[in-house]
Amino acid sequence: MNLLSSTFSLIKKDILLEWRNKYAISGILMYMLSIILIIFFTFENVQGPVWVVLFWIIILFTAINAIAKSFLSESNGRNLYLYTLASPQSIILSKIIYNICIMLFLCLLAVLFYSFSAGFPVVDNTSFFLALTLGAISFASIFSMMSAIASKANNSGTLMAILSFPILIPILKILLRISLQAVTENNFSVNMQDILYLLALNVFIITLALILFPYLWRD
Amino acid sequence: MLKQLHKKWWKITCVVLLFYSFIYGMLIKVPALEVLNESIRNLFFHVSCWFAMILLLLISLIYSVKYLRSNKMIDDVIASETARIAVVFGILGFLTGMLWGQFTWGQYSNSFAWLLQDSKILGAFIGLLIYFGYFILRGSIDDEEKRARVAGVFSIFAFVLLNVFIIVIPRLTDSLHPNNGGNSGFVTYDLDNTLRRVFYPAVFGYFLLGIWIASLLIRLKIIHYKIHKIHIHDETTLDSIAK
Repeated sequence: MNLLSSTFSLIKKDILLEWRNKYAISGILMYMLSIILIIFFTFENVQGPVWVVLFWIIILFTAINAIAKSFLSESNGRNLYLYTLASPQSIILSKIIYNICIMLFLCLLAVLFYSFSAGFPVVDNTSFFLALTLGAISFASIFSMMSAIASKANNSGTLMAILSFPILIPILKILLRISLQAVTENNFSVNMQDILYLLALNVFIITLALILFPYLWRD
Repeated sequence: MLKQLHKKWWKITCVVLLFYSFIYGMLIKVPALEVLNESIRNLFFHVSCWFAMILLLLISLIYSVKYLRSNKMIDDVIASETARIAVVFGILGFLTGMLWGQFTWGQYSNSFAWLLQDSKILGAFIGLLIYFGYFILRGSIDDEEKRARVAGVFSIFAFVLLNVFIIVIPRLTDSLHPNNGGNSGFVTYDLDNTLRRVFYPAVFGYFLLGIWIASLLIRLKIIHYKIHKIHIHDETTLDSIAK
C-alpha cells in the first residue's frame, strides 16, 4: 500500500472509531460548553482583548483534552497490528490530519457557541479565521507529536502538558497578536507577516514530525 | 574526538582563556555609550553564557542524532549530560541578563515587567522550559533503551524549536536586544575590535568549561551504569574516557 492510500484508510478508521463511541467527542463538547457557560455567567458583555484571551484559553484547553488521547488511548496490541500494516509516516500523517479535522470542527463550534453567549467583536474576519485555521493546524500537529512521545512514558497525562505547553506559548503569542489586531481594525495587510510565520512554523513542525516519528514507534 | 577528553591541553586552554576574559574584561577600555556605560562589560559574561549554551546544545543534538542512528548507549549519555550543563549555562545567562537589563532597560521602573515583554527573553525562557521538559521526560521512562530513544527524538525537536524561538522570531519581530528587530549589532559600537578580542575568547573558555564539567558527569554516569551492570556498547572507548 502506498503512503496516500494507507493514510486515507487510517483516517477513515479513526473517524469510524470516533463515530461508534461518541462519548469521547461529546465529553469534549461538554467541557467546552461548561467553560463558555462559566464565562457567560460572569460577564455581561465581553469586549475586545478579554474576548480574545478567553477565546484562546477555551481553544487551548479543549485542544489538549481532545488530542491528548490520540496516541494515549491506543492499546499496545493494536499499535503493533497497525505497524505491520502501514508505514510509520502514514500513521503519524493520518493522526495529524485527523486531529486537524477535529480541531477545525471544535474551533468552529467554539466560535459559534462563544459568539452566541458573548458576542462577536471581530472586525477583520479574514485574518481572524485564517489565524484560527493555522492555529488549529499547529495545535493539532504539536499535540499529536507530543502525545506520541508522552505515550511512551509513565504518567503520560501530565507529561503531555509539560512537553507541549512551552512549545505552544510562542505560537499562542503570535495568534493573540493577530486576533487582537483583528478586533481593533479591519486591516489584513498588518497581519500578513504573522500569518506567514505561522504557516512556516506549521510546515516546519509537520516535517519534523514526519522525519522523527519512525524512530519513536519501535518498542 | 572522545579520546581527547582525558588529555590536559584543552583544560589548560580553558583556564587560561577564562582568566584572560575575567581580568582583561574588567581592565579593558570600553566604548563610552549612553545608558550602557560600564555595564557593557557584561557582554563578556552574559552573551558568552548563551553562546556556550547553544554550542553545548549543538553537541547534545549531534549525539542525539548519532544515538538514533547507532543505538549506542554512550551517545545518549553524552547527549543528556551536555544538555544538562547547557541548561545551567542558560540559567546563568538569564541571571546575568536580568541584572544587566534592570540597570539599562528597566532603570526607571521598579518591577521586572520589561522582562517577558521582549520576544528574545520570552524565547529564551520558553527554550529553558522545553529543556526542563526534556529532563522530566527522561525521568519518567524506566527502561534505558526506550528512554534514550524517546529523549533523542524530543531533543531534536527541542533544539530546532529553541533556535526558532531565540534566533529566528526575535529577528523578525520587536526586541530590545542588539541585532534583533531592526536594531544594530556589535559592529556599530565596537569600532576597533576591542570588545571582540575579549568576547570570542570568553565564549570559547565558557564552552570548554562546559565540556569539562560535562565530561566529569559523563564519567560518573558510565561508572553508574557499570555498577548497575547495564550493558553499554563499545567498551574500549568507555574505558579510555572513564580513566
